[in-house]
Amino acid sequence: MSTVTQAGPAAPAGPAPLSERRPLGDRGFQVLALACGLLVLVILVLIAVSTTQQASSWFTTEGTKIFTSNWDPTTGNYGALTFIYGTAITAVIALVLAVPVSVGIALLLTEVVPYRWSRPIVYVVDLLAVVPSVVWGLWGILVFAPWVAHIYAHIGNVLNGVWVLGPLFGPPTSGASFFTAGIILAFMITPIVTSLSREVIATVPAIDKEGAYALGATRLEMIRGAVWPHSQGGVVGAVLLGLGRAMGETIAVALVIGSSPVITSHLFAPGYNMPAVIANEFGESFGLQRAALMGIGVLLFAFTIIINIIARGIVERSARRKRGA
Amino acid sequence: MAVVAEYQQPDLREPKGWRRTSNRIVTALMVLAFVLVIIPLGFVLFTVIAKGVSIISWSFLTSSIPPQVAPANVGGIGPAILGTIEIVALATVLAVPLGILGAIYLNEYGGKNWLAALIGFFSDVMTGVPSIIMGLFIFSIWVLHFGYSGLAGAFALGCLMLPVVIRSTYEMLRLVPDSLREGSYAVGATKARVTMTVVLPAAIGGIVSGALLAVARAAGETAPLLFTIATVTAANPNVFKGANTALPALIFTNASSPYAGAEQRGWGAALTLIVICFVLMIVARFVTARFARFSR
Repeated sequence: MSTVTQAGPAAPAGPAPLSERRPLGDRGFQVLALACGLLVLVILVLIAVSTTQQASSWFTTEGTKIFTSNWDPTTGNYGALTFIYGTAITAVIALVLAVPVSVGIALLLTEVVPYRWSRPIVYVVDLLAVVPSVVWGLWGILVFAPWVAHIYAHIGNVLNGVWVLGPLFGPPTSGASFFTAGIILAFMITPIVTSLSREVIATVPAIDKEGAYALGATRLEMIRGAVWPHSQGGVVGAVLLGLGRAMGETIAVALVIGSSPVITSHLFAPGYNMPAVIANEFGESFGLQRAALMGIGVLLFAFTIIINIIARGIVERSARRKRGA
Repeated sequence: MAVVAEYQQPDLREPKGWRRTSNRIVTALMVLAFVLVIIPLGFVLFTVIAKGVSIISWSFLTSSIPPQVAPANVGGIGPAILGTIEIVALATVLAVPLGILGAIYLNEYGGKNWLAALIGFFSDVMTGVPSIIMGLFIFSIWVLHFGYSGLAGAFALGCLMLPVVIRSTYEMLRLVPDSLREGSYAVGATKARVTMTVVLPAAIGGIVSGALLAVARAAGETAPLLFTIATVTAANPNVFKGANTALPALIFTNASSPYAGAEQRGWGAALTLIVICFVLMIVARFVTARFARFSR
């Protein structure tokens, strides 16, 4: 691919051909801009290469044992399954809580409230994203976790031994747990899921909506019949992007998840996940443990990149459809 | 002739029964969703302000960080504020020009070609890379060779900001009407000159506001700093050399501390950080409202 192309609009068409040569500065600027664009691809490739290199000793010495649940630095066992499980559980809890709320707000903004009210609502939802992760964590561990601990204990007592619900919500319970981490994550991913769903829902053609209303549909029927079929795909993309965020969010989770590497069905019990273990143990680690933590980072990078590529693909496709191409 | 049915006034009243009830329930649920967002937000802001405001004073903002056992009235968070300003400023200087140039490539030069599409796609994907991964990345390529420094932290934050700046700048450049560009070409300007003197100034309001939002996001990030600046307590005015400190890292350390004084300083630091982030966001909104010449 040649880097210097003749730019279309600059080529003058006239009787006396003007100079075809572009000044050096002009071409230099184009190369500079291209280099900055390529920087994105270079950084992504470098991330993959450099972190994998640092983690190589974990991949080679542990082999397939990296997918066991035995993580014990004192005996030199570094299996990452516990953390992968924790990441999946917390992300699922976050999505279950955040997606209905986000889609609800997106529909409220696009279909219910008048335009002059939607601005302030958007600002308020965006404020959630401006609160730094570490502040969510500080609040989560010092204020929120002690507060929900009572509620968890209560629910745990009631549901202890009940079929299905017992193993999920029964004791042991603790304020710092999978569920607390999931709730905090839900707060943090709500703004992005809301804003992307809103963008998608806003592309529903007004004529479809008016048609539904003209047939006598209520708002709910209009949403089910005109809005939902059109925006389904895009909302799935938005949810996947939220999933990627929830998986990678570190500091708030590291503070509230309870830092206990166990695989358990008890959602109110302390657990651990991938970013949290990296943040908490990396500082004092060396040798194989450091390689293992780096390797968990590589896995996390791979998971989030795959999810983001799928999600962006879906969002982009639904955006293209909107432009009518 | 077809038989024309006698015209009946259609019933335009709201439908009765279950249709009306379900419609109202769903509308109420949407409002409830918004309320569910306000409650935690209000709760967090109220707690941080209530717990943080009592400790904030000029001496708290400027004095050095004491050991964690120190009571709340001793010392402050001065070095952390200095570190945050140094590192975020450096990250901004690194990421914003590169991001703007990248966006210029995407919109002005790339157009619809496959490379620009690829870069644009992966720049969006890059916004989803977890911040902790950026920390590990800079740790492996920089810190292992050159040691901990504010510069390494700035690299990590810059990597986070870069795709955000590219995306927001690209959106702004797309709004600049082609007639402006064509007018300048017609008087013989080169493409670089058109971009620098016509297109960029026309979009500057949106670009600045997008950059400020990226800065606000970076200022609150902790995870990339953990592995790049090696949180210390002493002030380090030299951002290029030696371990440094920052507000988010300080809050993270203090949040898991058993001492009441450290906890109290954590709340003070959290309030300071939130104020910094909110001010950046409000300035961004103001810039958008005041200087944006083209909007969606």
